[in-house]
Amino acid sequence: MRISNLKTLAVVAAALGTLVTLPAHAGKTLDGIKAKGQVTCGVNTGLAGFGAADSAGKWTGLDVDICRAIAAATLGDAEKVKYVPLNAQQRFTALQSGEVDVLSRNTTFTLTRDASLGSTSTVTTYYDGQGFMVPVKSKIKSAKQLKGQTVCVQSGTTTEKNLTDYSKANKLNIKPVVYEQLEAAENAYFTGRCIAYTTDASGLASTRNKKAANPADHVILPELISKEPLGPMVRRGDDEWFAIVKWTIYGLIEAEEYGITQANVDSLKATSVDPVVKRILGTSEDTGKLLGLSKDWMANAIKATGNYGEIFERNVGPKSPLGLPRGVNNQWNKGGLMYAYPVR
Amino acid sequence: MNPGSPPKKNNWSWRSQAFRGVVYQIVAIAAITGVVWFLAHNTLVNMRIRGIQSGFDFLAQSAGFDIGESLYPFDSEESYWHAFLIGITNTLRVAVIGIILATILGTLLGVGRFSRNALVRGLCLTYVELFRNIPVLLQLLLWYVVLTEVLPASSEAWQIGHFFLSKGGLNYPIPVWATGQLWAAFGIVGSFVLIWIYRRWARLQFEATGQPRSGFWVPLLILIACSLIGWALGGAPTELNYPVRGEFSIENGGALTPEFLAVLLGLTLYTASFIAEVVRGGIASVARGQGEAASALGLNRNQEMRLVMLPQALRVIIPPLTNQYLNLTKNSSLAVAIGYPDVVSIANTALNQTGRAVECISIVMLVYLVTSLGTSLLMNWYNSRAAIKER
Repeated sequence: MRISNLKTLAVVAAALGTLVTLPAHAGKTLDGIKAKGQVTCGVNTGLAGFGAADSAGKWTGLDVDICRAIAAATLGDAEKVKYVPLNAQQRFTALQSGEVDVLSRNTTFTLTRDASLGSTSTVTTYYDGQGFMVPVKSKIKSAKQLKGQTVCVQSGTTTEKNLTDYSKANKLNIKPVVYEQLEAAENAYFTGRCIAYTTDASGLASTRNKKAANPADHVILPELISKEPLGPMVRRGDDEWFAIVKWTIYGLIEAEEYGITQANVDSLKATSVDPVVKRILGTSEDTGKLLGLSKDWMANAIKATGNYGEIFERNVGPKSPLGLPRGVNNQWNKGGLMYAYPVR
Repeated sequence: MNPGSPPKKNNWSWRSQAFRGVVYQIVAIAAITGVVWFLAHNTLVNMRIRGIQSGFDFLAQSAGFDIGESLYPFDSEESYWHAFLIGITNTLRVAVIGIILATILGTLLGVGRFSRNALVRGLCLTYVELFRNIPVLLQLLLWYVVLTEVLPASSEAWQIGHFFLSKGGLNYPIPVWATGQLWAAFGIVGSFVLIWIYRRWARLQFEATGQPRSGFWVPLLILIACSLIGWALGGAPTELNYPVRGEFSIENGGALTPEFLAVLLGLTLYTASFIAEVVRGGIASVARGQGEAASALGLNRNQEMRLVMLPQALRVIIPPLTNQYLNLTKNSSLAVAIGYPDVVSIANTALNQTGRAVECISIVMLVYLVTSLGTSLLMNWYNSRAAIKER
């Protein structure tokens, strides 16, 4: 905890330091990445399924796979990522100051964040909504029953404001207890300090499955009280880098749509006659050149992480420990919201 | 001027020490101004390039977030400025109560180190060594875990009379506001006047007859009597707002949250160990002969400590005590780790909702600077009063 407090200070200090020492022009992020030989990626401090390190220090999760895909597309090697775990309130400062090249940390896209924080939203990688988790034994069935209750929440999130909005709109007079650290907020809920814990529904599922002594003791209430489009953000003012991140994600989504998988990418590269597949894999047009990348940039990314559907299934899907349904995160032609702009 | 003294040097010469001094000062001020200007200018330029909005205009906007506990009601539609005020009052609340409790506990422990009873001496020593050698953040977390892990859930709260203790904190009855309370408050104010008159009289009596009069029990009696009379005159209201068990938590009455209790407990116990050492050092600095002289005059052990040792020790105690007060206030910023909505916690939230990092951190710095300087001023004034009067 103390280390993390120091870290907050360090990040803020670094931000202030960088703001004052950088020359007055936006640096080319891609040049920096090529010079360093690695992509620096801001991830969650530990949210299973999205961004968490295992006991061996290996990072996994949906957000982490996006980082890996970007590294594969830019450097040809998905392992060339430096992960910087950030808590909710450190993340934008870390991005502003250049400490990370891309912030892939289940971050909600909002107008304020887009227009006033020096950051830009790229593409939604997970459509989510804020929910509540309560102990089964509390017998609470609806968020409307939380009148006058304490709810644990992490600071520096859209969650805090959504909770207030919902409480006000429904005259619930909910008392928030705000923690700086994700772990502190989760622990406070599990020890019973708060009757409920609130965050994005995916986060609730992750916390319940990974941190509850017995996941069956906790229930996620049916109400989703907000829209939370989550995805990576990049620094403002570097349009080339913005395009790379954006189109890498579109490429992963489109790869799923056209059936390109981690397993068949090599054989499709050699044999496919489908013009769309050939374009994505860089065997016909050279889309990589337009982005300042190699011709097979997207093939490298798919080979490293699989397409979007594979990333989803592996990290958070029904067969993973989190067991989240595909729902609105399915392809547009399968009733979902995942609609990739054409890679061409 | 003595005839033998050297001729007066030219004031504008580099050889003149005074002139060099002035030049050095100008250079130093110019350098500091230059650095500050460079930092500020460059920050602004870079923030503009990156499209980071800046300025304090956000303070007037509606905050849009709720605060879990506050001294007076706060609505999420009120401005950020109000939210910061809530944070500041929360910080001051824990700091002021903490300072009072730590001073009382610390003084008792410090005096206890001179006890003739070996057990008391040993216990005081153990306390000091234990609490001052464990980082304060760990102590806060420890108390918070104790309060939230060990205590029963709100629905099974421990009950003593009308007091409830649970994971939801401490719930207690509060009097319902009525004219009786107002009259009691008047009574308390009136009692101060009476106490002042009594003390003057007691002093005159003491000087005339040598008969010491109680300087504590009688004033306390006056205080209690006056407030009781005021309360009775106001119609003696006895209605209390009792906490009751709700479905999921304790409702009504007054409440102290576990966050507040943990911060208060942690800061008080930690700082008391340092204050104990300050007090011990102060007493030890008073010459041994003073105590012996007091005994020779026939003062008992209690009077010796109260009338001879402590007043002299106070001069040595106050400056380091000020430091401890400042430390306690600044350490209260660690409360953010356990979810107490102090000014740092509010600033964190505001920072994230608005993205004004530089502004929010400046506000926090300013708040602590003003609080610290205020405490210092107050203690310096007290110090000058307690200082030895050279006659």
